Amino acid sequence: MTLIERKQLNLSDIRELLHARVFAGEDKPDITVKAGTASDLMSDMLTGETSGAVLLTGLCNVQVIRTAVIADVSAVILVRGKRPTQEMIQQAREHGLPLFSTPFTMFTSCGRLSAKGLRGVEEKTPGPVAPSDGRRCYPDME
Amino acid sequence: MKFLLEFAQPGGLLKKYSVKARDFVKAGEGSIQIQRLLKFIGFDAGLIRRISICAYEAEMNVVMHGGDGELRLLVDPKKIILEVADNGRGIADIELALQEGYTTALPEHREMGFGAGMGLPNIKKNADSLEIHSENGQGAHLTIGFEVQTS
Repeated sequence: MTLIERKQLNLSDIRELLHARVFAGEDKPDITVKAGTASDLMSDMLTGETSGAVLLTGLCNVQVIRTAVIADVSAVILVRGKRPTQEMIQQAREHGLPLFSTPFTMFTSCGRLSAKGLRGVEEKTPGPVAPSDGRRCYPDME
Repeated sequence: MKFLLEFAQPGGLLKKYSVKARDFVKAGEGSIQIQRLLKFIGFDAGLIRRISICAYEAEMNVVMHGGDGELRLLVDPKKIILEVADNGRGIADIELALQEGYTTALPEHREMGFGAGMGLPNIKKNADSLEIHSENGQGAHLTIGFEVQTS
């Protein structure tokens, strides 16, 4: 598999790549984004080296903003054209967190950013998952 | 709820943040205030991140599963302790709750994006020490410790 040359992107590049609409952070200076992460599960958003990363999510509630602040991400991007609530916009502005919305799906958004060199938040390439390892999805599944 | 942290040592500080059960509008605010305070004091960014994640996961657990509760933050030049206690339904099986993927989140929590089953595992991963005390129906009590590295 050909490896893509990894590089950091600016938030303005990301906004263009994702045809994003800006809901908060328009007044902030352009910043360099170190990595990308995407999740619809709050606790998964807190995994990995998320400082300075951009967070893509389909979740649309104020807790996303708080989780993003805790995770120290550089911006939150809602996918599939989702519109943030007024509460989300207000919280994002209060915390100085850029908040965008992209019309693309999660998969396409991630692909477009990755193709331009943005890496994930893994600290190192993980090895293969052994058959008996891996996180269980539900307590009663074996 | 009984707390271990009542007073700060000279040169330290003790802050308290109350958490209200099922209040998803305010949930997470305590943790964000903790993060802000630690940034203001000027601790290492990595340490702040670890403490913030622990505080947030613990706070959300209280909101979802606890009755009302409280976060207490003890800041000392050499160590930081986060104590979380609530008077909710408690943790039935602590070993199980520490397993990644195990969750007791209700459907309404999952709709908001919770229920990954990573709450306690994330705390354990980010803390230097963790003590959990709980009995079914008796609330939960966490003591989460962090060492402050001096460069």
